[in-house]
Amino acid sequence: MILGIDVGGTHTDSVLMQNGKILRKSKVMTDKSDLLRSVMNATQAVTTPEDIKQLRRIVLSTTMTTNAVAQHQLDPVGLIVMSGPGVAHGDLPLSDRAAFVKGYMNHRGMEAEGVDEDEIRALKKEFAKQGIKHFGVIGKFSTRSPAHEQTVQALLDGEASHVTVGHQLSGELSFPRRISTAYLNEAVWRLHSGMADQLQAYLAQLGVNVPLYILKADGGTIELEQSRHFPVQTILSGPAATIMGVLPYVPTDRDSVSIDIGGTTTDIALFADGAPLLEPKGVQIEEHKTLIRGLLTHSIALGGDSHVQVVDGKLALGPERKGPAMAFDGPVPTPTDAMIVLGMADVGDKAKALAAMTAIGAALRTTPQQAAQAIVDQACATINAKVRSMIAEVNSKPVYTIHEMLEGKQLAPADAIVIGGPAPYIAAALGNSLNMQMVVPENSEVINASGAAMARTTVELTLMADTEERLMSIAEEGVQTDIPRGFDMDDLIEIGKEKLQKIARIAGAPEEDIEIEVADSQSFNVIRDGSTTGKNFRVRLQIKPGLSKHATL
Amino acid sequence: MKKKTGLVFFPAFDYAISPTHPEREERLLYTQDQVSEEGLLDFDNIFEFKPDLCTPEDINRVHFCVPGIDELVHASHLISVGGTLTAADKVMTKEVDNAFALVRPCGHHSMRVVHGTRGFCTLNMEAIMVEYIREKYGDKNGIKKIAIVDTDCHHGDGSQDIFWHDPNTLFISMHQDGRTLYPGSGFPDEMGGPNAFGTTINLPMPPNTCEEGFLYVLDEIVMPILADFKPDLIINSAGQDNHYSDPITNMKFTAQGYAVLNDRLKPDIAVLEGGYSIESALPYINTGIILAMAGRDYSQIREPDYDAEDQIQDPRISDYLKRLKEVTLSQWKNRHELRSQVYPDQPFHTRENSIYYDTAGIRESQVETVRTCSDCGGAVTIESRNESRPKRPIFAVQIPRFCCDACRAWAEEQFAGADKYTYEQVLLQDKDQDTYIEK
Repeated sequence: MILGIDVGGTHTDSVLMQNGKILRKSKVMTDKSDLLRSVMNATQAVTTPEDIKQLRRIVLSTTMTTNAVAQHQLDPVGLIVMSGPGVAHGDLPLSDRAAFVKGYMNHRGMEAEGVDEDEIRALKKEFAKQGIKHFGVIGKFSTRSPAHEQTVQALLDGEASHVTVGHQLSGELSFPRRISTAYLNEAVWRLHSGMADQLQAYLAQLGVNVPLYILKADGGTIELEQSRHFPVQTILSGPAATIMGVLPYVPTDRDSVSIDIGGTTTDIALFADGAPLLEPKGVQIEEHKTLIRGLLTHSIALGGDSHVQVVDGKLALGPERKGPAMAFDGPVPTPTDAMIVLGMADVGDKAKALAAMTAIGAALRTTPQQAAQAIVDQACATINAKVRSMIAEVNSKPVYTIHEMLEGKQLAPADAIVIGGPAPYIAAALGNSLNMQMVVPENSEVINASGAAMARTTVELTLMADTEERLMSIAEEGVQTDIPRGFDMDDLIEIGKEKLQKIARIAGAPEEDIEIEVADSQSFNVIRDGSTTGKNFRVRLQIKPGLSKHATL
Repeated sequence: MKKKTGLVFFPAFDYAISPTHPEREERLLYTQDQVSEEGLLDFDNIFEFKPDLCTPEDINRVHFCVPGIDELVHASHLISVGGTLTAADKVMTKEVDNAFALVRPCGHHSMRVVHGTRGFCTLNMEAIMVEYIREKYGDKNGIKKIAIVDTDCHHGDGSQDIFWHDPNTLFISMHQDGRTLYPGSGFPDEMGGPNAFGTTINLPMPPNTCEEGFLYVLDEIVMPILADFKPDLIINSAGQDNHYSDPITNMKFTAQGYAVLNDRLKPDIAVLEGGYSIESALPYINTGIILAMAGRDYSQIREPDYDAEDQIQDPRISDYLKRLKEVTLSQWKNRHELRSQVYPDQPFHTRENSIYYDTAGIRESQVETVRTCSDCGGAVTIESRNESRPKRPIFAVQIPRFCCDACRAWAEEQFAGADKYTYEQVLLQDKDQDTYIEK
């Protein structure tokens, strides 16, 4: 059995699952002051003491770090940035609170300017005076060579309670995003660590010895203790939980789209041959553009409870929600009222829904039914337009080889999975508008909890080898070592796979979930004075977001 | 001031002329690394676009491909030229204020007639773009006069050939002196054909010219002439091989200098040409150009091995550039009077060209005739022979854009009169009607 819990801002959802089926489900109010209590209540709502003994794992998704960022409840961080020449400091994120120091690497990971240790020692004293205990150390091209970040980290020893070094966060290139990500990681570090302590107390209280996982923004899980290192990865895991919940309904032999229609917003995600698409560069939270891998999702301000009004003779849907539908004693007309009047939804007070549509009809000079139809048509058209623009955006993403340019995959979803309160009512109409096959899953009100429950552990690794310099590096591991003569791409992939297997095990992946794929591999010549002096290999390995094989146990 | 800048980036990681050739797969690899690491595409005023493919119609507006496009053109060319057209579209539709096509392979050594690849170039990207803009947007956007400033270290002899008879295109090439570098042309007395005299301007600079010299030529020669010509559009044919670290040239320009140049020139569209210092120069130059075009702070752009001492320019170079300024500005001012000295009053002017294709190893010989005309750029005929092949020559007829009736009548007569027994191919390129016919 698996227990999945999603602690949201308002509700905490939980599911108890076995063989991929939901045995019990629950929705309770979140106690914002006491996470432990919310989790305990959600657990008790779906389990008996007998069930708890049979649990194989618990997966938790929480918005705690997300909320902390949104509400600016962040700890002060000492940011030490080794920028070197390039984009002006003033154009880098958080530049007003960063200390820019000497030292930088070039694009091949060769030292262009060394670290000034005296400068760092002086800075350390300065931070001590300010009482700063959390540090982010970020160097340009530190993914190519971690040496400078490691030097500075060592120099901070004794002063810091925790230091985030940029290269461990991601193997992707983007110095500004590395700065933001390192900052956020430290800024929520204490908060997340406190939560991890609480959750360990929760496990002790339950009296079970099963792994507890936390959901990340990429829809993957990570074992609780391991999550302490990179709490930033749990930011924006909420939408990811939902997308993972949809995954069992997503066909694996063709492309599809998921549409989550809520009260105020509709969230859209895309799947290529069954795999959820990721944000190309990393997720953005508030003003912070990060390197955190996250699932691609776009949101529009349109839902079942959107405020419907007539402005200048034209229908306007959303962006605000004033309350529930009038059929449920809400203050203003909504799309839900329209669906009730058209007989699409058999819920609420039909007379009140009709009154809502009569008002809209009067403003449009049509019958209430025509007004209701116009609202549903416009809602479907708006969602359709957003889906189309999202697909177009994915398909117009630049590529860098002739092969991809001529043969590259074009995303063409033919199926839509619709979830959320209004989903069963609007699915048919939306299907017509999208011209797609519609699927409306059961239990969609707790789909985020079941998504968390079923998600597998994700990991990734970025490697580079330079046979001219006879060096290889593993970006996230901060490893830079010598390689022998004759080293080739296969050797690099082999080393990477072995390393990533270990990382996956530490992150909590069961053996059967360790399916490593080569996400990207490139090989280039290194030429000096007209002759080939070496090769530059680049490899990215991953266990991509998907369903855990445990989910069927 | 911040500007919306479009970036069409196509490094063609799977294309090379040969594995160790300067024009090879990883030429833009480290540039891509630097642009990614600097996070340029996260700026709210810099946008990346996927290139479109260019079509045979786009190519036929400029070139006579012999024996045909399919035999000469590789997919990489269709994408790199297509990328420049995408950049043009984005600017013309005002989606962005300016755009940089950071694409390869390059194109400015390709001439009107193409028998193969020369100077690493097969199709002339800027020229195809210029005619594309005129055809697609000329009337709508009121674009007639276009200036191309070629800042590649090598003389842009292909672009010069293509616009030799076009009075509406000002072609300015600033490059390393042709006596010291391929292709060996581009001297101040190469000033254009009889109907477009003066709108070709060559600014050869001595080896070892530094930042100071480049910016002097820009500020004192190029900018005043541009101000006088008043182009509707400025294109930078942006080679990056003037850099002090370039392995196949001898100049001393810098990344910071390239940024300043683009900041002052303010091109509507920049197109990458040469530049072969793929690790030490291109990453920094391209970052600088993108920042400058976007109106961002580029003051902290500097190569790791930049040496201020090395930028002290030999005074003899400065003296030479002063004389170059005097000669060029005087020629520009007096171009109408000078024309009659160079081109005596006669109905037709004929020149013979011998063109070597270094990359393909071909020798082409041409006889080109232009009809002297004061009403338009003049119709042109070219008889061209690939000396490496025992075949008959081809005969190409070109009707210019804004062609006058007399030139059109003459051109059509030439096309009708050329017979298939004398010539391997007889071709007619009509820019005004946007057609290309093989007899």
